[in-house]
Amino acid sequence: MTMAKKKTIRTIPQKRTPVREQDARERVGNFAEVNCGYSQAEALNEAERCLLCPDPVCVAGCPVNIDIPGFIQRIASKDFRDAYETITRTNLLPAVCGRVCPQETQCEGVCVVGETLEPVAIGRLERYLGDLAIAERWTSVPYIEPNGFRIGIVGSGPAGAACAADMAKAGCEVTVYEAFHQPGGVLRYGIPDFRLPNEVIDAEIGNLRKIGVKYECNTLVGRLFTIEQMIGELGFDAVFIGTGAGYPSMLGIPGDSLNGVLSANELLTRCNLMRAKEFPNYDTPLPLGRRVAVIGAGNTAMDAMRVCLRLGAEKVFCVYRRSRTECPAREEEVHHAEEEGIEFHWLTNPVEILADDKGIVRAMRCIQMTLGEPDESGRRRPVPVAGSEHELEVDQVVFAIGTNANPIIGQTSKLRLNKRGYIETDESLATSMAGVFAGGDIVTGAATVIEAMGAGRKAARSMKEYLGLRDYGGDASAEGRAGAGMLFGIDLRERNFARIRVA
Amino acid sequence: MHDADGGSGGFEIVAREDFSDVTYLLEIRHPLMAKAAKPGQFVIVMSHEHGERIPLTIADFDRAKGTVTLVIQAVGKTTREMQQNCKVGSTLYALVGPMGLPSTTGSAKKVVCVGGGRGVAPIFPQARGFKESGAYVIGILGFRTKRLIFWEEKFAACCDELILCTDDGSAGIKGFVSDGIKLAIEKHRDIDEVIAIGPPVMMKACVEVTRPHAIKTFVSLNPIMVDGTGMCGGCRVRVGDQVKFACVDGPDFDGHKVDFDDLMMRLKRYAEEEKAAMERWSEACRMRNLVDPASLAPPATLAPPATLAPLASQLPEPSARR
Repeated sequence: MTMAKKKTIRTIPQKRTPVREQDARERVGNFAEVNCGYSQAEALNEAERCLLCPDPVCVAGCPVNIDIPGFIQRIASKDFRDAYETITRTNLLPAVCGRVCPQETQCEGVCVVGETLEPVAIGRLERYLGDLAIAERWTSVPYIEPNGFRIGIVGSGPAGAACAADMAKAGCEVTVYEAFHQPGGVLRYGIPDFRLPNEVIDAEIGNLRKIGVKYECNTLVGRLFTIEQMIGELGFDAVFIGTGAGYPSMLGIPGDSLNGVLSANELLTRCNLMRAKEFPNYDTPLPLGRRVAVIGAGNTAMDAMRVCLRLGAEKVFCVYRRSRTECPAREEEVHHAEEEGIEFHWLTNPVEILADDKGIVRAMRCIQMTLGEPDESGRRRPVPVAGSEHELEVDQVVFAIGTNANPIIGQTSKLRLNKRGYIETDESLATSMAGVFAGGDIVTGAATVIEAMGAGRKAARSMKEYLGLRDYGGDASAEGRAGAGMLFGIDLRERNFARIRVA
Repeated sequence: MHDADGGSGGFEIVAREDFSDVTYLLEIRHPLMAKAAKPGQFVIVMSHEHGERIPLTIADFDRAKGTVTLVIQAVGKTTREMQQNCKVGSTLYALVGPMGLPSTTGSAKKVVCVGGGRGVAPIFPQARGFKESGAYVIGILGFRTKRLIFWEEKFAACCDELILCTDDGSAGIKGFVSDGIKLAIEKHRDIDEVIAIGPPVMMKACVEVTRPHAIKTFVSLNPIMVDGTGMCGGCRVRVGDQVKFACVDGPDFDGHKVDFDDLMMRLKRYAEEEKAAMERWSEACRMRNLVDPASLAPPATLAPPATLAPLASQLPEPSARR
């Protein structure tokens, strides 16, 4: 038997393993997934590229701190089940995150291999395991000892799911409330099938159900019962609010209430959750223009554009006031959109939407922009170029220019909000009300799925501390805290400390 | 615990009443919602898994029985399909609410509650709410003709005065609810507030009657909605110089500031698709009845759609509220 040679940047496969994708010409005519995912051979090849750094920066780059070298090493040695267990210790939704995380700014962005070659395709490997687990019907159901605590989670999106998973694993009885008729939040209504198929969401939510998480749909918290009632008469020991940002920002230009003008949220909800793309088999309508302008260049805008193409628009334009460099969407999404024939109008700002005499959108008047001095976000501020107004012939306008705080929780509870209407929390994500925590877009404003999940996990840690539960999650420094009140490194105040019954 | 479930079982219909061949009442079991509901709020309903989400104003709620009541006009595909399929013991696939800001029924001493057509039932909780808070309540209800009148006793029980208006004069005064408001204003010089619910044209006429008298007038708006939680912006309306979302900022707004033309234009967003869906559905029903006459056999409380009133007499917004 020979010892495995230590891997170096010279010995690993030099090229990042490409992933098969549906051809751009073909895929614009369907809602099937664009990215086909790795085969086993491809995953094994890519796993070889990880240097298994002893002090892995990728783990720190991940908002939920997945043991990345750990799972990749297990893929390389074909211990797939074990690799899956390694991921699910910190992330119960690998098939989702492998698809929608902006890896290039997180784990892959700091990957050491990436300093010389292309970084290890961590996201694709994660997805490979997530999909394999779904295909093989693996679920990682840990031994859970019920501790009698009841946790209420408001919102079934990524933040709520992550918090629910951690609290259920800690032994709590978890109920997740969702206002829509199906769980999943933005994963369900926002992200289209060609990026995240519904079956994947169903499978991952199924896993949460298997560890005991209960879902209650059709429940608008705040209005059906309040946060105060949850802590009070409904008897929850702690509550997590992860309701998302909601409330799309309006354009605020003449013509923005014309019938051919809608938010990306509305377009995506009609198409994804309500299945308007299958109208009339499903009742929700979504008539589409021939020439569609989508304003904004974030991930939501990219999704909206690509949905329009698939619904049969002849031409789809992206109108963004800054340049491609400042565009906030994931690189892969912009790339896919370009491949599919989206026409990008960078440094262009809409000033008015024009209608014909029947009130139907006929064009959008735009102005050319140029980049000036950096603004408070550090990005160069776009300024209009005098005399550059022009008309873009369109019959539908979709706006994806960000969101404001959803007002419902603020209207119905005494929780302290910040001046922009988002829920105010401290570092630990505790709100102004004892036992109530919040995280995700309703605290930070619009961000990514994985950041919301990171917030959900962080809130879960704080919640456990609040309830006096031992956090099996990260913190391995228990020995360091030994001393008064500690027994074998376990804090005696922890309420689910193993109880020994003496007969 | 509480049964805001619905994920699997759905929401049970415990009573049904038909007021006419287009207007029907459904009473649905939902104890938590019955407890939480306040005047002015609405729900979103999906009758089946492939259905659309339609907003409907809560017409009544019974905290003791644990039920909420919806009064629905069969005007489009969804509401007609519900008229055909919703029976006592059957379930609605989804029901969420109560949604929207409740109306304020506290301070006014003398109020006029106006309901026209599909707005008659939704004005009831407000009239009752005002009565309970000690106000003098003048009810004004508008119907096309005597045959369509319902809930007269219910309103009589909570209104100090009740003015009925019919288009043809077959009951009450001959005229629109706006004429009823004029009468009320002539008789009472001290009206604090008017609340009007009905089709946009009706509400627009009402606010024009009260505007010269500077009587505070609230209207309950009924734009097309999807989620009802402020997430999509489909229900945006122009109020004064602001854009508001009827689902979370309303549905009640200061009627003197509402841009009704904008509202009416936005209600026509899906007119073509709605018409097509309606025709396709009617045709499917007709075919089914031809193929399987037995499908008519169960004690349908209703005539089959082929014999319903002609489409032309219907209102054009099935996705609109109530």
